[in-house]
Amino acid sequence: MRESWDSRERIAGRAGRVTGQANTSGDAAAPPPVGADLRISVNGAWHALTVDTRESLLDTLRDRLGLTGAKKGCDHGQCGACTVLIDGRRVLSCLTLTVSLDDESVTTVEGLGLPGAPHPLQRAFVEHDALQCGFCTPGQICSAVGVLAEAAEGRPSLVTHRDRAHPGGSAEPVITGALPLDEEEIRERMSGNLCRCGAYPGILAAIAEAARAGEGAR
Amino acid sequence: MTQTARGTGSDLGVGAGVPRPDGLLKVTGEFAYSSDLYLADMLWGATLRSPHPSAWIRAVDVGPALAMPGVHAVLTHEDVPGERFYGLEHKDQPVLAIDQVRYQGEPVAIVAADHPETARRAADAIVVTYEPREAVTDPRRALFDPGCPKVGPEGNLVRHQPVRVGTVPPTAEVVVTGEYEVGMQDQAFLGPESGLAVPAEDGGVELFVATQWLHVDQDQIAPCLGLPKDKVRLALAGVGGAFGAREDLSMQVHACMLALRTGRPVKFVYGREESFFGHVHRHPARMRYEHGATREGRLVYVKAEIVLDGGAYRSSSPAVVGNAASLGVGPYEVDNIHIDAYGAYTNNPPCGAMRGFGAVQACYAYESQMDRLAEACGLDPVEIRVRNAVSQGSRMATGQVIDSPAPLAGMLRELAAMPLPGSSCSPDLRALPGGVAQTTHGEGVRRGVGYGVGIKNICFSEGFDDYSTARVRVELLGDEPHILVHTAAAEVGQGLVTVQAQIARTELAELADLGAARVTVAPADTSVGSAGSSSASRQSYVTGGAVRAACVAVRERLAALRAEHPGLGPAELLRAHGPVEETREYRHRPTHPMDPLTGQGDSHVQLALCVHRAVVDVDVDLGLVKVVELAAVQDVGKILNPPALEGQIHGGSAQGLGLALMEEIQVRDGRVLNPSFTDYLIPTILDMPPMRLSILENPDPAAPYGLRGAGEPPTLSSTPAIAAAVRAASGLALPRVPIRPQDIALAPAAPAR
Repeated sequence: MRESWDSRERIAGRAGRVTGQANTSGDAAAPPPVGADLRISVNGAWHALTVDTRESLLDTLRDRLGLTGAKKGCDHGQCGACTVLIDGRRVLSCLTLTVSLDDESVTTVEGLGLPGAPHPLQRAFVEHDALQCGFCTPGQICSAVGVLAEAAEGRPSLVTHRDRAHPGGSAEPVITGALPLDEEEIRERMSGNLCRCGAYPGILAAIAEAARAGEGAR
Repeated sequence: MTQTARGTGSDLGVGAGVPRPDGLLKVTGEFAYSSDLYLADMLWGATLRSPHPSAWIRAVDVGPALAMPGVHAVLTHEDVPGERFYGLEHKDQPVLAIDQVRYQGEPVAIVAADHPETARRAADAIVVTYEPREAVTDPRRALFDPGCPKVGPEGNLVRHQPVRVGTVPPTAEVVVTGEYEVGMQDQAFLGPESGLAVPAEDGGVELFVATQWLHVDQDQIAPCLGLPKDKVRLALAGVGGAFGAREDLSMQVHACMLALRTGRPVKFVYGREESFFGHVHRHPARMRYEHGATREGRLVYVKAEIVLDGGAYRSSSPAVVGNAASLGVGPYEVDNIHIDAYGAYTNNPPCGAMRGFGAVQACYAYESQMDRLAEACGLDPVEIRVRNAVSQGSRMATGQVIDSPAPLAGMLRELAAMPLPGSSCSPDLRALPGGVAQTTHGEGVRRGVGYGVGIKNICFSEGFDDYSTARVRVELLGDEPHILVHTAAAEVGQGLVTVQAQIARTELAELADLGAARVTVAPADTSVGSAGSSSASRQSYVTGGAVRAACVAVRERLAALRAEHPGLGPAELLRAHGPVEETREYRHRPTHPMDPLTGQGDSHVQLALCVHRAVVDVDVDLGLVKVVELAAVQDVGKILNPPALEGQIHGGSAQGLGLALMEEIQVRDGRVLNPSFTDYLIPTILDMPPMRLSILENPDPAAPYGLRGAGEPPTLSSTPAIAAAVRAASGLALPRVPIRPQDIALAPAAPAR
């Protein structure tokens, strides 16, 4: 379906250059692209793909699998709009090379729920009006699902109180069971997802509600 | 993206907290943004941009790009089929640079290729021979130095708007002066400029694009393509934020040119770095103010010079200058006013619309002055504002009388009476400025409280023919009454689709109360008349007014039918007579130009007030600021949708916080130094404090439902409130926003106040 992507095979050379500067170097000197075969599960469906080893997971999702829920807000890991889950952990798909995901399971916002059967966090985002333009929302929601799972597993964050994260003064953080998600915890853990519309109060309320209800960490 | 919701008029009508009809699509990833569009045979566009802020173009060689496999077209200004210039108010901007570039990032050539990377590389392969020339980067020099090179077509002055009221006495009992600066803010919407142009069988083109105003895009695109307007059809694609940055064209003409040339659909998506060069920014401003007052703190006179740097092209600079001038003293009663507001052409990045345009910059300066005046008079910052506050019946600087409620003094008293957050004497590092990155134990942390007041004009001003069009159709679908609302108004996240449906339910409650009547807000496109821009906080007012008017017309038609057939209910009438459809244009009351010499005139439709209180903790040693709480009181006339309204106040406040403390496009010698989210910082959820809101409903009798536009006012007052709070905590003068850590930590030892 995404046949245009195959033209990547014909492209040799380096990543894009600074805007407006003529490319005077010889592309012929650049190494040819390298393809890799892999198997990847996306939202429960397995795909056998041959990918360019330089291809990001975000481009694979959007341009090859037609899953445009994850957004390209910056392509540099700065905005969080591309956040997806790999085996339940949140990652920035724009900074993740697809070739590294052989036999892995990816969940995107489309895999969490559907308009007719939304995930509890998706429902909470609508109920708390935790979005305006909505461009950051798929990333916010995937990130929030990851946050609830991290807390349920007892993974401390930077703001987790020392006595919880380091019982007995241990040097390394220790996982001691589920952590409560108070406002500081949610803010800290969600701080990698920008929302330019400033819907943060709604985002906070939506995640807090899901945390209270004990749902969403799946 | 058709949105349909079910329910009755009463619980889903005007004033109800109706959820967004597009919300479920947005939270499940199903909503199609402009960057998500795809056609099987589409090509990808890319743009070659100038690396120089000012240069002659001596030669352009597209040969190396054309020779690359996969490249379908490479176009320059010579390939523009029609007019080669465009612009919102004045056609001064070339579609593609002609012999000269006037800012860094100006488009020089465009490419269509079968892969985005191929297109980018082909653009890089174009060889342009530039001869750099002196860049004009100081707006004061551009305006006032006769020897300065000319950037604009007729010089460097975009607009000079004076305001002259009374006489300005040479002195008053208390005089305070200040020079203030506002940095260049970026709208930084998260969804970059993007769209898809599809050649049509009739020789025209269809463009699916994220924009704020479909018809003004169409008005600009069609002449450049040499096509009649009816052959350039636009439809709104999903918009990933706007905030003013989508009012000007970006990729629109380029995509259409390439689609028409290649006969293939062409998609453009800017990357983040390119986006910083792809749209206008908020005008940086330098402002000199002098306030004279009595010892009791009553204003006697205000003198101001406001210089706004418009960059290389005109865009909406004239309106920005008009706002800065007409609102330049703020919502205060002053008998003697002498303001000169200027917009300048320079070789800096072009500036135009951003939330609160022109009013934001002036608000920061006049509110800073009010704080200085309070101190000079020994008054509390709230008290000095109350003593000078406008109210209904007051005269603005333009001579315009405020003819609807403006309860500013009461708003300030309510704000000041709100409880303050608890103190910061916590040993918890997480609560300190800098959070867990703090390297001290908070020894240098000081609490500060500040106030800010803002007034913003709602809708388009200065005689603009500002209107919206709505088509409303009632028909039976599946034997159920169905209401279809169709406008060209851009939903950009503000919740307009929700409000349109709410208005239809309220106005056609009789149908809605049938229990199952559905309301659909049709996708916005140019097959219906213009709705005007989603800017200037105007869409609820103007498009809301148009939807209401069309619904009323439909209601009257139905009533007439019922009178003819008294035995029939609404559904039976529709069954017997077919659909009822009415289209209405809605205009707000006319406005008038500002007098070019005195600035006098009833130039504004409506004025909206918002007041903010900021509480901050400042680490005066490290220069770190934490906004502990923002409180706001805003009069919106009538609440149409409570959560959507609160979202606007939250969002506007957040962007004002960004301008106060974080956000600046840094430009040196005409070059942008920080075009990325690593170096251009916007507030995160950690930066956004809890907010305390009080929303007043004092109706404006001239407006639909009494509403007052609400999106922009909170963007004005939050910035000076935060700056004042940081001054209160640090004792520093801080005459510039954004306030940077070094402005605090490295300030000269003796505080300036």
